[in-house]
Amino acid sequence: MALRQCAIYGKGGIGKSTTTQNLVAGLAELGKKVMIVGCDPKADSTRLILHAKAQTTIMHLAAEAGSVEDLELDDVLKVGFGDIKCVESGGPEPGVGCAGRGVITAINFLEEEGAYEEDMDFVFYDVLGDVVCGGFAMPIRENKAQEIYIVCSGEMMAMYAANNISKGIVKYANSGSVRLAGLICNSRNTDREDELIDALAAKLGTRMIHFVPRDNVVQHAEIRRMTVIEYDPKAKQAQEYRDLAQKIIDNDRFVIPEPISMDDLEDLLMEFGIMEVEDESIVGKTADSAVA
Amino acid sequence: MSEMTREQTEALIQEVLEVYPEKAQKDRAKHLTINDQEIEKSSKCITSNRKSLPGVMTIRGCAYAGSKGVVWGPVKDMIHLSHGPVGCGQYSRAGRRNYYVGNTGVDTFGTINFTSDFQEKDIVFGGDKKLNKIVDEINMLFPLAKGLSIQSECPIGLIGDDIEAVAKQKGKELNKTIVPVRCEGFRGVSQSLGHHIANDAIRDWVIDPATGKEFESTDYDVTIIGDYNIGGDAWASRILLEEMGLRVIAQWSGDGTLAEMENTPKAKLNLLHCYRSMNYISRYMEEKFGVPWMEYNFFGPTKIEESLRAIAAQFDDKIKEGAEKVIEKYKPQWQAVVDKYRPRLEGKRVMLYVGGLRPRHIIGAYEDLGMEVVGTGYEFAHNDDYDRTIAEVGNATLIYDDVTGYEFEEFVKRVKPDLIGSGIKEKYIFQKMGIPFRQMHSWDYSGPYHGYDGFAIFARDMDMTLNNPCWDSMTPPWKRMGDETAIAAE
Repeated sequence: MALRQCAIYGKGGIGKSTTTQNLVAGLAELGKKVMIVGCDPKADSTRLILHAKAQTTIMHLAAEAGSVEDLELDDVLKVGFGDIKCVESGGPEPGVGCAGRGVITAINFLEEEGAYEEDMDFVFYDVLGDVVCGGFAMPIRENKAQEIYIVCSGEMMAMYAANNISKGIVKYANSGSVRLAGLICNSRNTDREDELIDALAAKLGTRMIHFVPRDNVVQHAEIRRMTVIEYDPKAKQAQEYRDLAQKIIDNDRFVIPEPISMDDLEDLLMEFGIMEVEDESIVGKTADSAVA
Repeated sequence: MSEMTREQTEALIQEVLEVYPEKAQKDRAKHLTINDQEIEKSSKCITSNRKSLPGVMTIRGCAYAGSKGVVWGPVKDMIHLSHGPVGCGQYSRAGRRNYYVGNTGVDTFGTINFTSDFQEKDIVFGGDKKLNKIVDEINMLFPLAKGLSIQSECPIGLIGDDIEAVAKQKGKELNKTIVPVRCEGFRGVSQSLGHHIANDAIRDWVIDPATGKEFESTDYDVTIIGDYNIGGDAWASRILLEEMGLRVIAQWSGDGTLAEMENTPKAKLNLLHCYRSMNYISRYMEEKFGVPWMEYNFFGPTKIEESLRAIAAQFDDKIKEGAEKVIEKYKPQWQAVVDKYRPRLEGKRVMLYVGGLRPRHIIGAYEDLGMEVVGTGYEFAHNDDYDRTIAEVGNATLIYDDVTGYEFEEFVKRVKPDLIGSGIKEKYIFQKMGIPFRQMHSWDYSGPYHGYDGFAIFARDMDMTLNNPCWDSMTPPWKRMGDETAIAAE
């Protein structure tokens, strides 16, 4: 099987890293050879696989050694649960330097060092929530990830973000092979959440690939720096992640998304009662004029 | 008196513009004009200081070049750190020939390249810590350096390094002047914004903090501002001012020092040569400290005389008499130069394309030798420069702003000047076209050209170039024989 490169995007705090690591653990259980590339200066994309606080990153090692040219692949690649290979691109602390450049440098290093050349089945890029500059779009450029999964929930801002990320994908899809592969709903227990994400996915021209329910066992596993699959393989939640993994293996619906307009998105939110219907007559009116 | 009529020049501009696509044509048309001395405001006939068109070969530089290369670089007892990757500093090192006196590497640093040599990790993690360390290292290795300027290259602005905070902290710690300069190359349309940014940095980090510093002044204190001492220009200017009885308390910035800059607000009069690059700080000192400023021109005896008298007019009779004495003293000297070279140069036609001052300032020197400037233009002038140009050149003279490589070549082919004065990038193209050429940024490794001493060198250089026997060898002998003989010989 050819190597499949997947990138996980989504609003900050939505659970991208947790979902990625659990689903990757599921893939490993099914016998797949997988690598995770963390593309976030926080470097928390591999901790559940490695049982570590934060993996030493490519950029930090490069800074210590002088430059990335001074590094070997073995220095930065760690192997964890289920023989999952883990690397973190790393980057500066908030407020200094250029984290985007760090991602670019790190991914180029992995390619040049042949990190993807061994018989690997999947690479997952776990990318920082906000695609603030070109650096964080690196995984979806030419010859990198072809499949993009967007983690979202039934919350308004998560859906805004999903739509915006789709716009970014369109930009690169027209000139390359990157495609939207589906939405993963990481439930926040909002009303009719599954229907809503289904509806959003349909509008974007894709589908909700899996609905991951909310379960406290995820947190129990997380404080032990473990995935649910490793911590409690019999848990119901572990089966959910296995299902998600199987669905991704079977997935062959890769589309160029059709992002929707702000109005369409708001209509959808109003339809599901997430947003109040706007009363145009009060726009721009001050408190005083409302009383009068 | 130009050989081309107004109509002919107009037709030439139209013809040259024709090759451009419509949008480019419209834009470039605004930057090309024919001089009309009736017009007072140049904005009626020419547009300047606008972004160059993508796709054309512009001759301009960047804001970093304007700050590090022009304004700050020549301040000799400070170290100027090219902050960013190595190239900007290395390729601009010692290229501008700002002469200075001192022990390089000990108490002066003009020709050394100091760079923070940014690597990938500095971009990703930010360069402030590195800068901090560099300041310490410089202070340890070069204890006699009076201060440090941090010249920002492009990445500094992109990654948001806080060089101001580092400058403040280290300046306090080491009790030295440390100046952060935000002259990232992507700012502005040419080196011109770099001059302005550099002027503002001097205002905020040198002039203002030094206010109230003790200085023993005299009634005859003046400064030279906007003379970068290229090939010794400022020295050839300074002696004339001193001989007429003035005291030059600062040179900006050729062969200049930090202390001189600090003392400048104590002058009675600031004398401004390069208006474009240093009018900002001159205006500031006038507003804040009441120091008047005036422009002058030390190219060629006619302009020198005019300027000496205009400067003297700002002082008492003693200085006025001094000025006349100076004029009298040097008359035989420059007359001998004119007598020797004018017959060899009379009637020769010159096209100029230089930076922000010389396209107008140097015209008088050519005229003193009987030569005529038939086309001129600036890389990075603003409209106040073109205002000052209208009176200096004849009617129907071709004027070109931010000229493109293509336009310049086409103009030259048609105007057929005897001499071109421009920069290194233009030199070899025109020489290969068989046209004598002088570099008018670096004086072609000669100079000085300012003052009476400079005029003698200027005249010699123009003669040496124009009347060089090599130009007679441009046509090979077999072509010189005439076509028929050439065929017969085969």
